[in-house]
Parts: sequence; structure tokens; C-alpha cells
Amino acid sequence: MNATAPATSQPSANRPASRTGAILFVAFIVAMLFAPQAGFYPVFLMKILCFALFACAFNLLIGYVGLLSFGHAMFFGFSGYVAGHAAKVWGWQPEFALLAAVGTAAALGLVAGSLAIRRQGIYFAMVTLALAQMIFFFCLQAPFTGGEDGIQSIPRGQLFGVINLANDLTMYYVVLAIFLIGFLIVYRTVHSPFGQVLKAIRENEPRAISLGYRVDQYKLLAFVLSASLSGLAGGTKVLVFQLASLTDVAWQMSGEVVLMTLVGGMGTIFGPVVGAAVIISMQNYLAVLGEWVLVVQGLIFVVVVMLFRRGIVGEIAARVRRAPGG
Amino acid sequence: MFELLGIPPQAFFGQLLLGLINGSFYALLSLGLAVIFGLLNVINFTHGAQYMMGAFGAYLLLQYLGLPFWVSLVAVPLIVGAFGIVLERAFLRHLYHLDHLYGLLLTFGLALILEGLFRKQFGSSGLPYPNPLPGGSNLGFMFLPNYRAFIVVLSLVVCFGTWYMIERTKLGAYLRAATERPDLVQAFGVNVPRMITLTYGFGVALAALAGVLAAPAYQVSPTMGANLIIVVFAVVVIGGMGSILGSILTGFGLGIIEGLTKVFYPEASNTVIFVIMVIVLMLKPAGLFGKQK
Repeated sequence: MNATAPATSQPSANRPASRTGAILFVAFIVAMLFAPQAGFYPVFLMKILCFALFACAFNLLIGYVGLLSFGHAMFFGFSGYVAGHAAKVWGWQPEFALLAAVGTAAALGLVAGSLAIRRQGIYFAMVTLALAQMIFFFCLQAPFTGGEDGIQSIPRGQLFGVINLANDLTMYYVVLAIFLIGFLIVYRTVHSPFGQVLKAIRENEPRAISLGYRVDQYKLLAFVLSASLSGLAGGTKVLVFQLASLTDVAWQMSGEVVLMTLVGGMGTIFGPVVGAAVIISMQNYLAVLGEWVLVVQGLIFVVVVMLFRRGIVGEIAARVRRAPGG
Repeated sequence: MFELLGIPPQAFFGQLLLGLINGSFYALLSLGLAVIFGLLNVINFTHGAQYMMGAFGAYLLLQYLGLPFWVSLVAVPLIVGAFGIVLERAFLRHLYHLDHLYGLLLTFGLALILEGLFRKQFGSSGLPYPNPLPGGSNLGFMFLPNYRAFIVVLSLVVCFGTWYMIERTKLGAYLRAATERPDLVQAFGVNVPRMITLTYGFGVALAALAGVLAAPAYQVSPTMGANLIIVVFAVVVIGGMGSILGSILTGFGLGIIEGLTKVFYPEASNTVIFVIMVIVLMLKPAGLFGKQK
């Protein structure tokens, strides 16, 4: 089973590796703090951060529990609608709109998760995909989502009633803070005793059961956590773009987050962030390709699955580990 | 009786027939998925794209070579099946020793490539395909178009033919044995890798056959496969892939239920199959015909 996430089969208690990780993390925060000054367009960076958080949440399941969800768009997209509706129609402040998004995603995750964990492996992927498609049709028909038009011109509002988010740069730092909170939650989860049990389930589920762990409860909790963080990412994205649409809840979005995580490296802490940055940049700079984007994404899938199953970060980590004295 | 429910019999039987036709496609596609999954342990996400290729194959053969529907019905599954064999040899074969999820991811990537290429070439709008069997017969309570009857009959014949081949012939016995213990079957001198390749080709050919059948019934479009395949996945989860007969029955049954939902509660017709999936997961997690592992 460990083929799912070969990159982290080594124990992570390895001192130099975690120090490298800490240095990289600090460097990343510093780089992101000054990225807008370095000439990067804040909206583009915010998009990367939202998808990076989404991919980190997804990676919690595939990378650390070995569960491939093919329906994460339902949490991302549906929570987006909830956040948009709360902010626009009910006039809620952004922090409450985001709380509503997270709460909805958690509740949806609880229902979808308790259904999906009844089946293993490939069936798990198909069940999540089908549930997400059901949510998609619901969003297509429900009156509050605005159908094909979506919810447009959603106000970003004033955070805590004082910070005006209409300015892109202010919004950027708020999104960065949200991303860091989400990222640290994932990091903390993975490196907790709970996370160790999740990895045990990934490596050998029957053995985890025979050791007395209630595997289904662990899986469900991980699923709800992943769903909630996906909801946070989806709600934040809607506030950034002031638009909630069917794109975020469609099955292609579920595929995209799989692609980001796969490219970056499943089961690595930084992999999903790198993967999101690569895929979003690709979509942005290769927008001229138009229709070819789908083909390029498919090609990346095929190339990564055939040749670089560890992903970018996993491949680098494996090389560093193999290097003499490394 | 039907007037009592406020539904005219014409509409009722019309939707029932449409449901039966959808069920024919569900059955053909989930059968192909089950046959492939049985031997390869791969969920073929490319199945929808291969169904779409079947429809386009018929369209292109007619458009550029002037070949009629009946030639396509035989030729296109062979062509697309051969294409499937190439995919298996070039890509899938190298993933069998890994987690099954990689097979799913690879076939998903291939589906994106194929859909993208066809969309690039033909645009997203549907292309018409002439009906090869115009006309129909009046059954008294409803009008039965010939071609629609043909779809249901051919699908039934192909489905039960496949069932017979797998469950009742010597070749099928090898296949079932290889599903259980490929190593032992190989030790008896059967070329299991070739059998796997041909099985994949056969499953793909079934998808392409469904595509050819769909061309005159629906419009030919690059996106026709992607939306259908998700419903077929739900059908497969409901039926469980353990049994060939189970796949066929589930496919037709769900098509009919979907058709009836269109009559009585149209708003739910898109989601009824997913709702049934949820109920089945709660009551019988292994699926109606599945074996709990």
C-alpha cells in the first residue's frame, strides 16, 4: 500500500530534515510577505494560496491516510456558495461568512465521509465523485446559487468590522494569514499522535485494526478535517474573486486538485503548495493555449504517473536523502 | 389507471422507453468497466472518452468515407478496441505492480487528453448523425421508433452474449481463473499478459459500441462521455463489480428508475441514481451484487 505515498515512508523524526523544513518554511513566509512588492500581482498570488490550501487539505487524505477523494470540489465549491450568499444576501462580515463556509463543509464532510468510508480503494474514489456530482446538480438547480450565472459581485466587506478588504494588498495579507493557519493545522495534524495513526492506517489497515484502533473513526475525522479546510479555501477564493460559480463545484475541479497534489508530491508537506503554484502559473501563463489546457493537464497526469510518481517535492527529498552525508 | 395519477399513458411509456435506452448504455458501459476491473484491477476512467470516440468514429466514417451506420457498428469497436490495446501496452501495463489508484489517475489523464483533443478539433457543440432506422410502429398505447427498439435489443444481445462467454465457455473459465489467481493460471501455460491486453481491448470495444449506438440517438459531442461516466460509476457502486449479470441488471434497472423519475418528479431525475447510491451504501455497503472483501 505504501506505493500511494512513497515520499514519506521514512520516519519524519529525522532531525536535519525537519530543520531543513523549518528553514524552507520561514523562507517561504518571508518570500510571500514581500512577493507583492517584488512585482507579483496580488490576485494571482491569492489564487495560488487558495488552491495551495485546498491541495494541502486534499493531501491530508491521499498522502497521510491513503484515501483518494475524487469529489473534493463539493466542499470547495459548495462552501464558496455559502460564503458568497452569507456575505452578499445576508450581509455578514467576512469572518462570519468564512465560518459559515467552514461549518457547512464540515457538516457536508461528515455526511459524505461517513458514506464514502464504507468502501475502500477505488470504490472510495467513485463514491466521492458521485456524491460531488450530486452536489453539482443541486447547485445547478437550487435557487440561491444563481444557476449558470453564479453569485456575482460579492462584497469582500470589512474584516472584524475594521479592516477594509476592498484593497487587493490588504486582502492578500489576510489570505496569506488564512493560508498559514490552514497549513499549520495540516502540519500539526500530520505530526501528532493522531497523524501517526493515520499513517499506520495508510500503510496497513488490517494491522491498525488488530492493534485496536477504530480505523473508521480516524478516517472520518481526517475526512471532516480535510473537508473543512477545503471549505475554508473555497470560501476564501470566493471572497477574493467576489464570484461563486459552478466551475468550483464541477468534477474538473476535483481533478485539478488531484493533479496539483500529484505534481507537487503526495504525502509531502510542501508538495501541494508547489503543485498548486505550478498548475495555477501554467493556467495563467499558458492561457493563450486556450483549449489545449485540458490536453496539457492530461499529459502532465500521464507523465507524472508514468515517470515521477513522487512529484516535484518528493523527488527532490528522495535525492537529498540519497546524497552522501545528506 | 394512468389518468388517475394525472400522467397520460403516452408520456409514461415514452419516458419508460427513454429510461430503457439510458439503461442500455449504463449496462453496456458498466459491463465493460466490470470486465476490465475484474482482470486488471483498474477502474478505467478513459471509458467515457472511449465511448465518445465510438460516436465520433461512426460520425467520421460516415462523413469522410461515406460508410453507413451498419459498417461502423462493427468497424468502430474494432478500431477503438485496437486503440485501447495500444494504451494498455504502452501505459497501463507498467502500473500493475503499483497501488490501483495510479491506474485510475493515469486513465483520468488519458481521458482529459482525448476530450481536449476532440474539443479542440470539433468544438463543444453537438454534431448530428442521421437515424439509420427511421420510422416506427404504433403499439396502440404508444409509438415505438424502430431505432430505439434496436438499441435496447442489441444492447440486451451483447450484454447476455458477454455474460454467456464469461460464465459458460472455456475461454471465460480461463478469464475467471485468471481473475482469482493469475500466477497459477500462468503456471498452467496460459499467456496471462496477452489475456489482460485482449480483455482491456474488449472492454474498450464495448464502450465504443455503446458510442456508435448513441450517435444517432443523441448528438455526437466531445463532452458526451465525461458526464455519462460519472453516472456509470454510481451504477457500478450500486451494483458492485463482482457479478456480470449484476452489472447488466443494475444498469437496466437504474435506467428505468431514472426514466420513471422524469415522469413523476422531473427535478430529481439528474440526481436519483446518486440518491439510490447513497441508500445502497447505507444498507448494503458492498453493493447489491458485490462481495464484501
